This record gives sequence, structure tokens and C-alpha cells, in this order.
Amino acid sequence: MVKAMQNDYAVRVEHATVRFNLAKEKVDNLKEYCIRLAKRQLMYQEFLAVQDVSLTVKPGEAWGLIGANGSGKSTLLKLICGILKPYRGSVSVRGSIAPLIELGAGFDGDLTGRENVFLNGALLGYPQKYMEEHFDEIENFAELGQFLDSPIKNYSSGMKARLGFSVATMVRPQILVVDEILAVGDAAFQKKCLARMEEMLAGGTTLLYVSHSDASVRSICTHALWLNRGVCMAQGEVNEVCDAYQDFVKTGKSGRTKQGGV
Amino acid sequence: MQRLNNWVRGFLQYRGLLRQLVMRDLKIKYRRSFLGYLWSVLNPLMIMLVMTVVFSTMFRRNIENFPVYLLSGQVMFNFMTNSTNQGMRSILGSAALLKKTYVPKYIFTLAKVTSCLVDFLLSLGALALVMLFTGVRPTPYLLLAPLVLMQLYVFCVGVGLFLAQATVFFRDIQYIYSVITMAWMYLTPIFYPVDMLPERLQGLIKLCNPMYCYISQFRGVVLYGWMPAWHLWAYGSLAALLSLTIGIVSFLRSQDRFILFI
Repeated sequence: MVKAMQNDYAVRVEHATVRFNLAKEKVDNLKEYCIRLAKRQLMYQEFLAVQDVSLTVKPGEAWGLIGANGSGKSTLLKLICGILKPYRGSVSVRGSIAPLIELGAGFDGDLTGRENVFLNGALLGYPQKYMEEHFDEIENFAELGQFLDSPIKNYSSGMKARLGFSVATMVRPQILVVDEILAVGDAAFQKKCLARMEEMLAGGTTLLYVSHSDASVRSICTHALWLNRGVCMAQGEVNEVCDAYQDFVKTGKSGRTKQGGV
Repeated sequence: MQRLNNWVRGFLQYRGLLRQLVMRDLKIKYRRSFLGYLWSVLNPLMIMLVMTVVFSTMFRRNIENFPVYLLSGQVMFNFMTNSTNQGMRSILGSAALLKKTYVPKYIFTLAKVTSCLVDFLLSLGALALVMLFTGVRPTPYLLLAPLVLMQLYVFCVGVGLFLAQATVFFRDIQYIYSVITMAWMYLTPIFYPVDMLPERLQGLIKLCNPMYCYISQFRGVVLYGWMPAWHLWAYGSLAALLSLTIGIVSFLRSQDRFILFI
């Protein structure tokens, strides 16, 4: 029984640690490197952005990642998307993944909105034919109208976000990773995005969601993980973890560290 | 075997991206110019005219059909410098993207070299014009030209991959490389006949300069109507494969650390 449950996962992170070099002067050229090598000054100042975090997400679950700025939430998401590789530990993912770390990250300012839709679709690994079939849907959701054929560099950040969100959610990923991206859109669009995310969840999509909005995490997610300075403080049922985090924010110290859930 | 399998699957999934990236490069390059793609033909043609006028007094007596001799070497060498330079910057230039989405990183380098190849193929139109104008009679050996270009392309992909990964860690390689390509150009018989050089230098160039090999083969099939000697084929293919192997191995070994440096 236990074994069967362990095998049924969408994302599994095991004892993952991510290390960065925080040395003040980063050596990124040959000249510096040779000089420092000769002087024996090649510094390496270790910084562990995520320390020994384990997490198992089952298909269809929605996880919220919460914590203060710089606590490693985005790093954990990047780890899951495969952008970063763990220094120690392992990450395995089953299913197609659509990372929304930043909306419109793949947009090229010189291309038009229309051309960017295809470029962005290709970045997410979808063939052109698939994008052509779903183009109308994307166009309708983004509501850009006549601007779709002007270069993206003339877009406002909200317009870019609309187009980015439309493409990323239209491709129907099995796992959707959303990192604090809805902040730029206007209220109507944010509402639309939340509705779309809920619709996808109902359709069985697994969600990993970073947000500083307590209310939106509680309303969308079923589970939550609280990170503090790269360490997992609590994980489990969303309200318990959010309560613990809110207590911590108010009192400045952790009332309880609860390891629930998995 | 498993890794190779994964690799092939990854490539098939992302070949749409390769196409999109190449198309993006070409669109951006030509969109805003009045004459569009014609520039790819006009540019080498005009440079060839200038150089023919400049060098006609110096070497013309020794070289039959100097314009074709010059242009054939020049377009080949230009392709090599352009593609390797762009390939070198491909990873750094896509930094914003690599931080936010997961895609196979070599695609960016491959796309740059490939868009330079498309550009190069267009510039062959200039060569065809000059050949027509100077009355070069095409021979059946002309059909071997794609094989020569294939060797050069593979060679450039290898060099591009190697430089792309090295530049991530040592930015000043860009400056060093521009000096290297300049020296490389003078050591390649583009606008002078190779037998003008002292014998020892000639031997060295034939042994160590793959560009000499590719340009000789190319001139053989387009200008002189020769079947290139078998040792040129062998040397050229070996150099291309060696370059590709070094490029791929060095790229794969370091690609997981890119994210920490870009």
C-alpha cells in the first residue's frame, strides 16, 4: 500500500540542496582567473538557497509554496522545472511541465505578438501545428485585439503577461508551475487567470504555486509548503501550514513545526 | 543507450523550436531593411568588388579568375567567423530565457550556426552570379559542393558549441577569439595563392588549418571542376567530426553549471 502510494507521484524532490557561489567578486573572465589562480585567491563562498528539502506531489494536487522573500521558493520551482540542477539530492518529474516563472520570458521584442505565440509554444516544446490549432483560443483569452500584430516591445507589461499566460495555460500541461506572476495583470485579468487555474485543476492538472497572497493560496491550493531561509519549516494541509506561517510572521518565531501530509 | 534515446527524443520534440529560432533570427535581420534578403547577396558581392580592385594589382597575374577565387574563399570564411561568433554568444544572449524556462541549451547554439548557414546559402547566389559573369563552366563535380558545405557546417557547430560554453565561464574569450579569427584569416589562402608562401608555412597550413582544406575542396568543385583529392575529404571530415566531438563533450560537461554564471 505504502509502496503503491510512493510510486504515484507527479513531482518528487528528495533531500534536495541547491548551492550558489556568493563570492563578492565573481570571476568570469580568463584574465581574472589566471591572476587569482596565481595569487591563490579563487574564493568560493557557499550559499545554500535550498537545504535538504523533500516533497512529493501527487497528480492533481495543488501545492502552494509560501515564505518570505529570499526563502528559496523560486529556487525550488526552478529545481522542479529542470532549470537548476540539485547540488545534492534528486528531483524527478512525471508529465509535461509548463513553467510560468516569468510571463513572456521567451518573448522577443522585435517579433509581433502572433510570431511570439509560436516561438513561445516551441519553447514549451509544442509543434507548430498544435499551436495553429489552438491559436484562436489563445487570441481570445489574451484579448489583445489589434495589438496582436505589433512588435512585443511596444506592449505594456500587463499585455505581455496576458499573452504569456494565455500561451502557457493553453498548451494543457500536466504540471503547471506558477511563480508570483499574476501581480502585473489588472483585476479582471487576475480573476480570469485564477478561474483558468481552477478549471485546469478540476481537469486533473497538478499545480505548484508561489504567492504572497495568503488568500489566494488558501483558496486554490490543497497543500502548502513553508520555506524559511531555504529550510522547509512545515508542509501538509494548506490551512495548517498557512496558519503556522501567519503565526510566525506575527510573533517572529515559529510556534510549531509540523510535518504533516506525506 | 538510454541517454542517447532521451537525447533523440528531446531533439525531435524541440526541432520546432530550432526552426522558430532560425526564423526569428532571419526575420529580425531582414525585416527592417529595404532590400531584405537581397543584402545577403549584395553584401559579399560589394566586398568582393572592393577587394578585387584592391588586390588586382598585387596577385592577379598568379590567379586565374581572381573574382571567383576570392569570393569562394571569402564566403566560406565569412560563414565560419559569423557562425562561430554568433554561436559563441548564443548562451549568454539567451540568458534571460535559460533562467526561466527549461529547454535543451545546445538548441540556441545550433540555431545561431544554422541561421548563419541560411545566410551563407543566400550569399552563394552572389558567387553564382560572378561565376556566370566571368564565364566559369559548371561541371558535374559541382554536385559535390553540398558535401563540402556539410563538413564546414559540422565543423562550425563544434567550434560554436565549444566557444559557447567556454564564454559562459570566461567572458574575455570573445576578445581573444576576434584576434584569433583575424590571424586565422591571414593564414588562410583567401585572397592569395597558397604557393606564394614559404614552403614550411604551406605545410603547416595544410596540416593545421581545416579552413584551407574546406576552401580548397570548394574551389576544386566550383571553380576548377576537380574531384577533390581523397586526403582532403578524409582530413576535412575528420576535422569536422573531431570539432563536433570536442564541442559536444565540453558542452555537456559544463551545461549544468551555466545557470550559476549567466
